[in-house]
Amino acid sequence: MQCEINEKKRVLFMLEKNKIVFIDGCRTPFLRSGTEYLNLMSYELGQFAIKGLLQKTGLDPNYVDQVIMGTVISNVKTSNVAREAALASGIPNKVHCQTVTQACISANRAICNGINEITVGNADVVIAGGVENTSDTPIGFPKKMRNKLFSAQKIKGLGDSLKFIFSLRPSDFIPVRPAVAEYTTGRTMGQDCDIMAARYEISRDQQDDFALRSHQLAGIAETKGYLKNEMCEVSLEPKFKVIKTDNGIRPNSKREKLASLRAAFDKKHGTLTAANSSFLTDGAAASLIASESKAKELGLNPKSIIIDYAFTGQDLEDELLLGPAYAISKVLDKSGLSLDQMDVIELHEAFAGQVLSNIKCLESDDFAKEKLGRDKAVGKIDIGKVNKWGGSLSIGHPFGATGSRLLTTASNRLHVEGGKYALIAACAAGAHGHAMIIKKYEA
Amino acid sequence: MIDNYFTKEVSDGVAFLYLNQKDSKVNIVSPSLIDVFGQIIDQIISDDSIKAAVFISAKKDFIAGADIQSFKAEEVGDFQPISRKGHLLLSRLENSPKPFVAAIHGTAYGLGVELPLACSARIASNHRSTKFALPEVKLGLLPGGGGTQRLPRLIGLQASLDMMLTGKNIFARKAKKIGLIDELVHHSKLKIASKNLALSLVNNTLRRKRKVSFLNKFLDSTSIGRSIVYKEARKKVMRQTLGNYPAPLEILNCVETGLKQGQKQGYEAEVIKFEELMIGSVSKELRNLFFAMTAKKKNPWSSDIGKLNTLGILGAGFMGSGIAEVSLNKGIDIVMKDVNANTIQTAKKHLWKNLSKQVKRKSLTKLEAKNAITAVRGQVDYSDFDKIDVLVEAVFEDMEMKQKILAEVEQYTNDDFIFATNTSALSIEEIGKYAKHPENVIGLHYFSPVSKMPLLEIVRTAHTSNRTIATCYDLGLNQGKTNIVVNNGPGFYVNRILAPYLNEAMLLLEEGGDIIEIDNTMKAYGFPVGPFALMDEVGIDVGAHVMTGDLAEMFKRRKGAVMSEGLLKMNQAGFKGRKNIKGFLAYNKKGKKIRGKANESVYEFFDKPLKVKFDLSDIQLRTTLLMVNEAVLCFQEGIIESPQDGDLGAIFGIGFRPFTGGPFRYLDQVGSDYVVKELERLKKLYGDRFSPCDLLLQYAKSTNSFY
Repeated sequence: MQCEINEKKRVLFMLEKNKIVFIDGCRTPFLRSGTEYLNLMSYELGQFAIKGLLQKTGLDPNYVDQVIMGTVISNVKTSNVAREAALASGIPNKVHCQTVTQACISANRAICNGINEITVGNADVVIAGGVENTSDTPIGFPKKMRNKLFSAQKIKGLGDSLKFIFSLRPSDFIPVRPAVAEYTTGRTMGQDCDIMAARYEISRDQQDDFALRSHQLAGIAETKGYLKNEMCEVSLEPKFKVIKTDNGIRPNSKREKLASLRAAFDKKHGTLTAANSSFLTDGAAASLIASESKAKELGLNPKSIIIDYAFTGQDLEDELLLGPAYAISKVLDKSGLSLDQMDVIELHEAFAGQVLSNIKCLESDDFAKEKLGRDKAVGKIDIGKVNKWGGSLSIGHPFGATGSRLLTTASNRLHVEGGKYALIAACAAGAHGHAMIIKKYEA
Repeated sequence: MIDNYFTKEVSDGVAFLYLNQKDSKVNIVSPSLIDVFGQIIDQIISDDSIKAAVFISAKKDFIAGADIQSFKAEEVGDFQPISRKGHLLLSRLENSPKPFVAAIHGTAYGLGVELPLACSARIASNHRSTKFALPEVKLGLLPGGGGTQRLPRLIGLQASLDMMLTGKNIFARKAKKIGLIDELVHHSKLKIASKNLALSLVNNTLRRKRKVSFLNKFLDSTSIGRSIVYKEARKKVMRQTLGNYPAPLEILNCVETGLKQGQKQGYEAEVIKFEELMIGSVSKELRNLFFAMTAKKKNPWSSDIGKLNTLGILGAGFMGSGIAEVSLNKGIDIVMKDVNANTIQTAKKHLWKNLSKQVKRKSLTKLEAKNAITAVRGQVDYSDFDKIDVLVEAVFEDMEMKQKILAEVEQYTNDDFIFATNTSALSIEEIGKYAKHPENVIGLHYFSPVSKMPLLEIVRTAHTSNRTIATCYDLGLNQGKTNIVVNNGPGFYVNRILAPYLNEAMLLLEEGGDIIEIDNTMKAYGFPVGPFALMDEVGIDVGAHVMTGDLAEMFKRRKGAVMSEGLLKMNQAGFKGRKNIKGFLAYNKKGKKIRGKANESVYEFFDKPLKVKFDLSDIQLRTTLLMVNEAVLCFQEGIIESPQDGDLGAIFGIGFRPFTGGPFRYLDQVGSDYVVKELERLKKLYGDRFSPCDLLLQYAKSTNSFY
């Protein structure tokens, strides 16, 4: 009998599509790597985002079913960083937590895992987001040294000890910092984007314009309080200095100054500079998602409904950062919606060149035919709808956390700007793409 | 009968005697348990299949203490038989041919320490809930289960005196270090480890090695050393108790007798002295106080308690951060709002310092400390105030300001929110005059420093709803406070009875009294601090504020009122007491009191009279009886609802001679007629302010007592 009910419940869940709602999101201020979060571990950042979300929504943590967090640079001490962040923020220990990783779309992955868990009836209320503290990057020894240290665990007696000591070479002590490079190709993402910008003929000027736009829009959003509205304050022991704003936004940058910068990844032919690329960022963000019925029951006020989402994988050699073009095409197909129905668009800005390349591909009939199996282009993106409150180029991009920021901002923009649908998309290392469509929630 | 207290389980020839008191959450010692103990020890000794036994608890604590109410003694000979029976039993245990091991997890108080002391060995869990104490001294008693004899022999004279004279908690690691415990294990391993220990003791005795410094060896183990320890301990006890509390001295006497004349004499002394203390009034009143405190732990409005997930605190200053401090780790979110971000930062630093201390002491885990501090949100605006269930306002003491703030927060809060004002003098009724929901307005009078002062005075108005009282009462309990609920009136209860007392102390100054002499005289009388030291602690500015408002007006209207203006003058001259090291007493530059020295410049504010030698009892009676009379008047007017509240408020709020049990217990002891007679005498000498109130006169005429 119980079994039948459960089955029925599950089928109902599967059938009713518009069932999962986004309540609200909260993030820490995003800070340039190596600044004020330097002494923090990444779980501590996550703790602020989760606690801030709970305070903002007034949700009793006992109603949380799962916590899912994304992260990229993981600290071995806190492998399941979601668990540590949740416990430190006062989430009861009965709530199980998982950490997921999918490069720059880790938080998107975490949120979608949460959606899935609610869909199949494993959870009603999920906190999903991500944390990244690039300042907490574990520095390792070279592989050669690690092997030596590993076998040193079996040392017995003085002879073995001496043997071990004499086996050491100065080069063994050179620390190895994990590089943000593609493992398969060995290239850094900047190099890949530089290549892509060249391929799709995105000029240096276009990129610098877009970067400047990002900073200016973020500056306006900050002044208007839109960014603060999505943030919690961070104040750290033992001094408890209050951090309440992002420190990467430079609304007063001069266009000439941007143009004067040297190319960062390819000195000779490159068009990518430090200014039109996103910078290493520390930060955390969390989103509260729930089944609509549970949200109602708990008196939570949803901001948006999750319509659909998609993930894609592409060629690593040529299309490393083209994920958004693929994923947007896919999610539009899945949902039966069109690009011009989208009122709000939030694109992750890994690089200005990457955003512009993807937009170009979406507008291209050739690309649609050749790569997407469509008859004609996916559609034209109205740049006026894109990232109106700034983006990763200006606000910053903590790898594991950006996805939650995108969802939160998109939902908030729907309410501030008015509109029905919002599109979110992001690229990721490993040649992955993600896109999601949400709809403004109206009770 | 045995089944009511023990569950027995035998494994590999070791009997596990689970202390498992039926129908009770904890194991507590009562006369009937002592009988059962005897039987079970006999059983073990006579059962050939059993090689050894382990005392262990089936509850979350080992032995939480004694059921004090079940032990009674009115006259000599009442209690000695029970003591002797207990001693006999413990000595049978000590001399048993089979080893007994005590395996302790959780609280071990009183006999919870003394029973293990009579066992062959003690093993304990290293859990932070495991703690040992001999708290008898706090109830005016001595450890009567052989503690004064066995403890010094096991852990040395100094450590044992420290434990017995303070009654403080000794946690697991410390207990192992001082030799009270032989082995520490994880609580999940307690059973198997105690079994192994018991079996190993069947054929071998335990060899204890304890590192003792040469000096401690000299002090603990030589007769010259010991006599130094006794002398110093007596000196210290006398300095602290001023002879008002006999128990610590008797503990010293018992220990000394045992170590000098042998255990037999020691045990005998313990039996005699324990009963003596039981019969004496000091212990009786301290026990009454304990019962009253215990009774207050029950919320009388428990069915009306409302939701309290988020506590708001307005003002992050000394008071605000103190209130936050006692609310940490209670599952409550704290929103601290202040106009100044730096004040919040300072408050958080202060909170973290305390939390870190607890982590270092291992009474808190790092995670718990993190949770606690993360739950405190500081802000300078009213964002998310709609989440607040109870808002404690601790801003500047100004009526208009408080009314304005209430109106301001009402714009941001939900309709159910409770507005609790932490004022020490302003009328709650008046503060809530323009409130949207006067039923949600209440006074929460915390005492400074909040973390140390045990009392919370909850002030209700005619409109305050039961839900509001219930929720705040619950909050107070959560914060570890003893609550009294009083009705709104000038100065409420505590400050109301304090005011005439302090005023009289200052009038004494005007008449030529000496600050130090008055303070010392009052201390000798049983107040933990003298009136002038108290004013310095509370703050002269605070005192002056209390003495200018409604309360002062009320006193001024009385027949024969004489008010000292000295405090107001001091306040105007910038004296604030301890906090700016300008007060009645002299302080060094670091803010430490210079013992026995007053701030001579203060006399100026009291007309610098020629010094007069007062009769000490005159000082004591003039001040104290005014307080007692005012307390009765508060009862008469319905400010307090019971003499019990009056006693608790006076003792925990002011430090009214605890061993008397409070003003009302004191009246019952000495007789209301005696106090009326004294008041009439003082009235003739010093004026109408000593007129006894009507209710007191009534009690004096009848034979009724307040309890």
